[in-house]
Amino acid sequence: MNIIALGLNHRTAPVELRERLAVTETRLPEALARLKRWPGIDEGVILSTCNRVELYAVAKDTEYGLESLREYLVTIDSGMSPEQIEPHLYRLEGAEAIRHLFRVTASLDSMVVGEPQILGQVKDAFEAGLAQKSTGVVLNKVVKKAISVGKRVRTETRIAENAVSVSYAAVELAKKIFQNLTEKTVLLVGAGEMGKLAARHLISAGVCHVMITNRNHDRALDVAKRFNALPVPFNEFHHEMAGADIVICATAADAFVINPDDVQRALHSRRNRPMFLIDISDPRNIDPAVGALDNAYLYNVDDLQGHVVTNMDQRLQEARKAEEIVRSEVPSVVTWLKSLEVVPTIVALRRKADEIRRCEIERILAKLGGLSPRQRELVEELAAAITNKLLHSPLITLKAEADSPNGSLFAEAAQRLFDLEKELERIAKESTTERERG
Amino acid sequence: MNVLFFEVTLLLYFLGTTLFLIQLAGRWEKGAQTAFAVAGIGFFFHTLALVSRMIEGGHIPLTTMHEALSFFSWALVLVFLVVELRYRIHILGSFILPLAFISLISAAALPKEIVALEPIFRNVWMHVTFSLLGTVAFAVAFIAGLMYLIQEHMLKSKHLDGLYRKLPALDFLDELNGKAISFGFPLLTLGIITGALFAEFARGSFLNWNAEQIGALGTWLFYLVVLLGRVTVGWRAKKAAYLTVVGFAGVVFTLVGVMLKGQHPFA
Repeated sequence: MNIIALGLNHRTAPVELRERLAVTETRLPEALARLKRWPGIDEGVILSTCNRVELYAVAKDTEYGLESLREYLVTIDSGMSPEQIEPHLYRLEGAEAIRHLFRVTASLDSMVVGEPQILGQVKDAFEAGLAQKSTGVVLNKVVKKAISVGKRVRTETRIAENAVSVSYAAVELAKKIFQNLTEKTVLLVGAGEMGKLAARHLISAGVCHVMITNRNHDRALDVAKRFNALPVPFNEFHHEMAGADIVICATAADAFVINPDDVQRALHSRRNRPMFLIDISDPRNIDPAVGALDNAYLYNVDDLQGHVVTNMDQRLQEARKAEEIVRSEVPSVVTWLKSLEVVPTIVALRRKADEIRRCEIERILAKLGGLSPRQRELVEELAAAITNKLLHSPLITLKAEADSPNGSLFAEAAQRLFDLEKELERIAKESTTERERG
Repeated sequence: MNVLFFEVTLLLYFLGTTLFLIQLAGRWEKGAQTAFAVAGIGFFFHTLALVSRMIEGGHIPLTTMHEALSFFSWALVLVFLVVELRYRIHILGSFILPLAFISLISAAALPKEIVALEPIFRNVWMHVTFSLLGTVAFAVAFIAGLMYLIQEHMLKSKHLDGLYRKLPALDFLDELNGKAISFGFPLLTLGIITGALFAEFARGSFLNWNAEQIGALGTWLFYLVVLLGRVTVGWRAKKAAYLTVVGFAGVVFTLVGVMLKGQHPFA
């Protein structure tokens, strides 16, 4: 039994290929049900995002399992042949597969290191697997562990701390001017893509009130509907500025649209409550002199961009710490996986029974004293008969289940019922010393 | 006994201040919690010191300058602990605790003897408590203002690192500033009224134009203007921050003046 992974990501495959092999949310239940029945696969999880398509599985035979997974991957898009995807694939097994999953969940394998979505995506993939019962003892434990490693990396390093996109940088800044964004109002001047993107980020950070204005009023109406915003006629928007805590300016105008006088007036009627102005137009739409006004904070694209670059450098430094955390978490899972195997469990159970028998015989013989050899023999036989008969059916069942997908479940149950931890540890030690000698 | 507790407190506040300053300068993850714990333990001993002094002296220990400064420091740390537990703004400690420590070490430099209270001064603690609590509120306003000015400078100069990350949002600081003054002003007013009543009772005149009385009235007028300015014409944000920083400098100046002259009637 081994854990295996096969997949492709943003580094190994072009976006067109990733798109074709992506398993959408609606198709996921069916795909998981199929994966569960796929030959050579005991458990499986599908992680499909815009940057990666990865299959994690548990297989008895590692090589057969990996080959089987490749064939499965091709069935996602019937127009694909195994040869076509072959050069883009990576295959991992055992500790390497576990480490990879941990790195992915910790966002170390993401296009933008430290991005927040991947942790949620792994959770979703796992929950889908649980719902379809395509996961079992092994993947349940391993994926849960991956999620906790992902969380640990995010809390113990500063990998996800600082904004690394212009829009996020704008949100981060807004939060240093306004404690609570929910009560704040955003005025979006211009209906361009960049402006809309920044507005969308602010809305997802909690902003509820949005006003929008555009030279072409129809477009303003159009965007207003989508953002649930209040449209403002372009020639009146200067009057509305007093009500706006955050102004995003992104028009195609080649002259200043907002001048210091406008902002000064707005600040005056706001009784000097601070204003955050973001100029993301090229050329500038807000007169830089606005930045010199008290309580007005003006940032343009270059300011935000500069901030993003410093943040990115810091993230990469933090990534090194995160790698260390991932590395430290892998061995415990590998050890646990090994303990799930049935054969050592059988050996351990036998040993434990023998030991108990031997101890008890010695104790009772010492008490009885002066027995004839025949009597001694009979006592020993009695003890052996009891232990053997008692262990007969557990051992038969364990042997029978050794090759079934539920084998590990039985092994774990036996370990807990008979408290075999110490014996297993001893067996693991013996096998490593043997391997070293051999 | 109270002196021993006092000295333990002094040591702990020193340690807490050091930890908070290290935390301010560097990126020590666990620093804030450790510093907070040290401040909390210090506060516990400080409370013990005040209570044991009260039992030993048989009256509320707000009679000497040493006692006043110690109480001021105690109330300041209390406010910090409450605000920290409520809002989790670790950086506040890096500003408040040094102030509490300075106040306590000044107290340590002054005579620590318990002065027997003449019957006429029985109720003077009311005047002292109100005035000191008002001063604590102004100290919080001062710190909020100082933090505001630093954060405002960071945002204006577009230097978005270091303190920028640790300091809270501008409008939060402005609100804290406003709240502190609206708490402090009525307290100072009560302090002045009880002081005047006491003066009338003890010496037969409400006002005799000595330095600290003029200082107190000046402070009162200043904060009245600051408070009115905020609610009427929008003296908030940067202006309010400046005014409270300057105002507190005035408060400290008056206090130090009183201390140096040792003139306060009951000192």
